[in-house]
Amino acid sequence: MSTAATVNERIAPAPRRPSYLTDGVTLKSWLLTTDHKRIAILYMISITFFFFLGGSAAALIRYNLIVPQGMIPSAETYNRLFTMHGVIMVWFFLVPSIPVTIGNFVVPLMIGARDLAFPKVNLLSWYLFIIAGTVALYALFFGGADTGWTFYAPYSTNYAQGNVALLVTAVFISGFSSIATGLNFIVTIHRLRAPGMTWFRMPIFLWSLYSTSVIMVLATPVLAITLLLVVFERIFHVGIFDPRIGGDPILFQHLFWFYSHPAVYIMILPGLGVISEIIPVFARKQLFGYKFIAWSSVAIAVIGFFVWGHHMFISGQSMYASIVFSMLSYFVAVPSAIKVFNWLGTMHKGYIHFDAPMLYALGFIGLFVMGGLTGLYLAALAADVHLHDTYFVIAHFHYIMVGGMVSAYFAALHFWWPKISGRTYPETIARAAALLMFLGFNITFFPQYILGYLGMPRRYHAYPPEFQVLNVFSSAGASILAAAYLMPLAYLIWSLLCGEPAPDNPWHAKGLEWQTPSPPFSNNFDVTPVVTEGRYDYPKPEVLQADG
Amino acid sequence: MLGLPQASAEAPQTDALIAGLVAVSVAVLGLAFGLMLYYVIRYRHNSPIDRGKIADRTFGFEITWTTATLVIFFGLFVWGSVIYARMYNPPSNALKIYVVAKQWMWKIEHAGGQREIDTLHVPVNKPIELIMSSQDVIHDFFVPAFRLKRDVLPDQYETLWFRPDRIGSYHLFCSQLCGTGHAAMIGTVIVMSDPDYAKWLAQNGASDTLAQQGRQLFIRYGCDGCHGGNGTVRAPSLVGVYGSPVPLSDGTTVMADDRYIRDSILYPGKQIVASYTPIMPSFNGVLGEDDLLKLVAYIESLGAEKQP
Repeated sequence: MSTAATVNERIAPAPRRPSYLTDGVTLKSWLLTTDHKRIAILYMISITFFFFLGGSAAALIRYNLIVPQGMIPSAETYNRLFTMHGVIMVWFFLVPSIPVTIGNFVVPLMIGARDLAFPKVNLLSWYLFIIAGTVALYALFFGGADTGWTFYAPYSTNYAQGNVALLVTAVFISGFSSIATGLNFIVTIHRLRAPGMTWFRMPIFLWSLYSTSVIMVLATPVLAITLLLVVFERIFHVGIFDPRIGGDPILFQHLFWFYSHPAVYIMILPGLGVISEIIPVFARKQLFGYKFIAWSSVAIAVIGFFVWGHHMFISGQSMYASIVFSMLSYFVAVPSAIKVFNWLGTMHKGYIHFDAPMLYALGFIGLFVMGGLTGLYLAALAADVHLHDTYFVIAHFHYIMVGGMVSAYFAALHFWWPKISGRTYPETIARAAALLMFLGFNITFFPQYILGYLGMPRRYHAYPPEFQVLNVFSSAGASILAAAYLMPLAYLIWSLLCGEPAPDNPWHAKGLEWQTPSPPFSNNFDVTPVVTEGRYDYPKPEVLQADG
Repeated sequence: MLGLPQASAEAPQTDALIAGLVAVSVAVLGLAFGLMLYYVIRYRHNSPIDRGKIADRTFGFEITWTTATLVIFFGLFVWGSVIYARMYNPPSNALKIYVVAKQWMWKIEHAGGQREIDTLHVPVNKPIELIMSSQDVIHDFFVPAFRLKRDVLPDQYETLWFRPDRIGSYHLFCSQLCGTGHAAMIGTVIVMSDPDYAKWLAQNGASDTLAQQGRQLFIRYGCDGCHGGNGTVRAPSLVGVYGSPVPLSDGTTVMADDRYIRDSILYPGKQIVASYTPIMPSFNGVLGEDDLLKLVAYIESLGAEKQP
């Protein structure tokens, strides 16, 4: 614990020194800040807005599906709603989510740096995000789009009405925001680690963010190219994807999924990293299989680039290509399984505490395992032929994205909340919200697996009456889930205004970020810390027994 | 399973695979949830039990569960692929039915000239091969009771085959988002007994078969001027072409199937038959998908003439 001692002693004798939150209180000091912690807050406010907007669209989708003929009279309105839900949730919540908020906040703190490598680029990425978000909102509310978030050609390029080109442009701009963040993290992790912070002493969260950043930098340009081509074909009628003017619609799908499958890992890898941080802290035990977890993130990032064809088993791609993609898809599932086993190994013989972050993390493991296992169905060629484009797929990726990623986001938010805000949150109600979220989520999405098997296609405004019972279950679950999501919004705001001041290290966690005051000072560390031990070096059980 | 009928010979195979996947999932879920619950109760922080010594070396565990996972996954991969490969290879005696998808309806053309919209009548226990094309965007032909679907692409033939083995009516869904009326692009597949099917064919019979209609088009569009054998312009005769290998001018050989015939009408410059000059005009934009498939059916019927 030599690190902790040196850092705290140097920082402690400065009473009433302003924290990053009070160091400048004008609007300008926030909007022109280059402090990674303040940018994290700006991002947090922005993506919370988008989360609830996308969530509202989801609520309307579930409302519509209560009755077979659809509660919303117009099919077109419904198609626009699910497009809005998908576009907002994918590019304006899930892709940025943990990296730009929690990642932005803790990356420099975790490695003992004063900021990210390029603070101005970091601010630029937020402005790009806001511009992209504004353009997207304009496109969605004025003109709208009904292509789904996948923008499949030739529907998107030559048939769809509405503001498709502008919406695509918004996603194009948001890509630059992703690239800027990814680039910043890669350089920061390479260059700004404190002395002694070797690669294998780094928090697993940084390994996962590093892998995420590599995907962001390598895959996002392909999306940008694809989207530009869509705009080109739509506006200038250059034949790229529409066969009527000489294009190839399968080409679009190859290009789109070449980004969008790795993008799935952009969305989930940070979540896997968060869980790997939280479990050892609340089990008070060393992380099991550190190197395997670290390398499994890298393996996911690499193999993840070679599985895109599993979105196209029934779309007219060659049978042999499908067989290869199926095999690779099974390979990419192995590193995820490794992580789960290692988390269980970490809990073995630990001293497990059940604070809200741990409850969210346990919920994550359950839902992520279910989402991952159902991915095996879709990777199996013959099963995919039946289940593709049905509610089974919807349930599968919501288990990963919402059950997994959103749970991980809430886990991270509660875990680092005392550090970020300097306040404690009400523990009991937070635990209740975590349980309610798990419950509501399963009631919402489990019936959709069955609906999918029974053959209900996705993106249907109306459906045959035999599917109604399961849809009603799902919609009922969605209302529970909505309540569970509103709870943290309420009690975290309450915590900001009236919460007790948080101690510096409420969870007795290891790691540099917990050795700074809550909330940290603007410059993080007055003196660059020296790291002498691994992040997860909790005392072995025998030692604890002897002590206590 | 779960009340979804198994109406094709393929359905039980897919269901068996899905049941296998369910078994694996339940086992893994049981293991993961079981261990998680066991650990959080047994090793809760205020539990006084003796933790003993914890494992120092993790490598053995890692290798064990990584290998076990890989082996199980590989088995599932092979299982899924074997059935899938079978789905890709229609038997040669399959009954061909043409499907044209458009926003937002399914148009079906039978070889005998019978046409229907949003319904597909097929005889039971016979292999059926659908030759499908879209007139506009991508659609998807999905029959849950058969556990089958395939995207229907514009400007291209996709095929799908199945052997219905249960008489009844089943949902046909479009499962690829195709616009406002996507959810209304629902039809019915009616599997009938042989006598009922024969009766249905007779009652709905058109005056001309699909091939005869194609022959009229062949004359109307002037195809026979060159391909008929007595014109001044030299063009390959189409008798006996269908189903046989065609040598191309670039030295390769291509099998003359529906896709090749269709492409040759629309994009005659793409694959030139050896020793002929590329002088045929393109019919792209001139012929709709309905007319094209009639011409293909006609040329197919010419192919049969050569057979002894």
